[in-house]
Amino acid sequence: MLISEKQALTERVGMLVQKYGNSRSALIPILQDIQHNFKYITDFEQQEVARLLDIHPVEVYSVISFYSFLSSKQRGKNIVRLCQSISCELEGKEKVAKAIERELGIKFGETTKDKKFTLEYTNCMGMCDQSPAMMVNEKVYSKLTPEKAVQILKEVK
Amino acid sequence: MMENKIERKGQVLFSGYKYGEGIKKALKLSREDILFELKESKLRGRGGAGFPTSTKWMLTAATIDPDKYLICNADEGEPGTFKDRVLLLEYPAMVFDGMVIGAYTIGAKFGIVYLRGEYKYMLPDLEAHLEKMRKDNYLGEKILGKDGFDFDIEIRLGSGAYVCGEETALIESLEGSRGEARNRPPFPVNRGYMGKPSSVNNVETFANIPFIVLKGGKWYNKLGTEKSTGTKLFSVSGDCEKPGVYELPWGTKVSELLEIVGAKNTKAVQVGGASGICIPKSQFDRMLAYEDLATGGSVKIFNENRNMLEVLKNFMEFFVEESCGQCVPCRIGNVKLLEGTKMLLKGEFTFEYINKLKELGRTMKIASKCGLGQSSPNPFLSILENFKDEVFNQGWRNNGR
Ligand SMILES: Cc1cc2nc3c(=O)[nH]c(=O)nc-3n(C[C@H](O)[C@H](O)[C@H](O)COP(=O)(O)O)c2cc1C
Ligand code: SF4
Ligand code: FES
Repeated sequence: MLISEKQALTERVGMLVQKYGNSRSALIPILQDIQHNFKYITDFEQQEVARLLDIHPVEVYSVISFYSFLSSKQRGKNIVRLCQSISCELEGKEKVAKAIERELGIKFGETTKDKKFTLEYTNCMGMCDQSPAMMVNEKVYSKLTPEKAVQILKEVK
Repeated sequence: MMENKIERKGQVLFSGYKYGEGIKKALKLSREDILFELKESKLRGRGGAGFPTSTKWMLTAATIDPDKYLICNADEGEPGTFKDRVLLLEYPAMVFDGMVIGAYTIGAKFGIVYLRGEYKYMLPDLEAHLEKMRKDNYLGEKILGKDGFDFDIEIRLGSGAYVCGEETALIESLEGSRGEARNRPPFPVNRGYMGKPSSVNNVETFANIPFIVLKGGKWYNKLGTEKSTGTKLFSVSGDCEKPGVYELPWGTKVSELLEIVGAKNTKAVQVGGASGICIPKSQFDRMLAYEDLATGGSVKIFNENRNMLEVLKNFMEFFVEESCGQCVPCRIGNVKLLEGTKMLLKGEFTFEYINKLKELGRTMKIASKCGLGQSSPNPFLSILENFKDEVFNQGWRNNGR
């Protein structure tokens, strides 16, 4: 990484610490903010957060690894999460999953080459009366069919 | 895009509520009066465990620390549960007014809503509602001119971990840690968020509060049954004509509910989500109530075409994934129960081994640290018990084909 890039990152993390505070309870909001904007939290950012919150970097990493919505590895610009829990499973999640995999040319757990999409499974997202359901970033889509799911992803930029 | 299907309105929550009304009435009463009405109402927590709300609030009210927290548990992660989603989207006034009344009652200065990450899309509307409450002085300093009553609500987001719905894991998460359940005691009412006395209550529990304040505890406890008063929101999904949220009095029979939701050829009903129990047709005359089938509200219907072992496998996969891994019975136990389920599916098992797994399940219920591991064997034990024929013969049938 270039020194100027590092400085920019340090500044950005510094601004987040100003926004959310430097107490331990600010850790997750800070990580959520980075995750939201950049889809993952780099090693360097983890170190910077740890330094500014005065905790060990391992603690930051262990928090990231605990929560399924936080990630320390690069993800695509759009994260697609298909529900794999019981209602969605029974109402045809598998067909939707296959259609999405075919269309994007990747399997669940993978990211497209152009880094536009990451596919993940998630557990019940509280839409069981309208299964199957998925989230694209923070938006929820329900009553999916294979065609509908593929169409939704086509419209995502 | 999303519908919030309220299929049946009942006598309490969906009976109509005017924003602010409950707060106005509450502030005319003393804290003791409210606690009295609450005790009289016999309201029990709607998050699943069914702890009497008046007891929890009395314990928190009795602590002398000036910095108390009131926390709304909006982590709603139990598979099959979505009633809090509907409450928050359609009736935020009931929930937040309930929180303000609660804060007044227990003497809390700070309110936190722990909203699951999956519900982040609600944030703009919920924030807008809180802003309106601040303008109308239902939040902020000297609420409605009441000296010494300062209270505000902050919304914090979860990050995709089911176990964070467990109240001590939720507090760990709020404090910036991994969501690992704590040992009790101390209980959160004495030492919760930031070591301060904290009451954690479910979204639906709060939504009931304004009605109890407005109409009184006596009115409330006439609804439902002796030990389960009031109404309950049921999140109904699965094989039926009208999935959605139903407000029904406690004590409703499973068979009555099936009738109302238009369920046909029902083979099994899972009550209480993945961590609940699965009952067969012969038990459909049991009632939904703390004294019989207790539930946080999830009712999942399976018809004759469903394979109960596939259902069980899905539940056990859920628990393997969501166990926080802190204690051995839950971390290892769920993996073993999932393996056992797969053996049954293939028909490659011995009764001796399956009996050992049942024993393991019973041990997990006693030896696990938090409610996740204490309840995750429920579907395994109840499906193996109640669907014996299907479960033990399936693998051989499949192989024979
Ligand atoms: C694994 C697990 C998950 C839970 N998830 C939730 C939840 O999503 N919402 C909730 O209100 N309670 C949940 N609970 C129950 C809480 O620990 C706690 O009992 C509840 O929030 C108390 O509120 P109440 O008294 O109003 O029910 C969960 C418990 C366990 C063990
Ligand atoms: S029972 Fe399970 S979820 Fe609860 S503390 Fe133990 S390992 Fe964690
Ligand atoms: S099971 Fe998929 S949303 Fe609940």
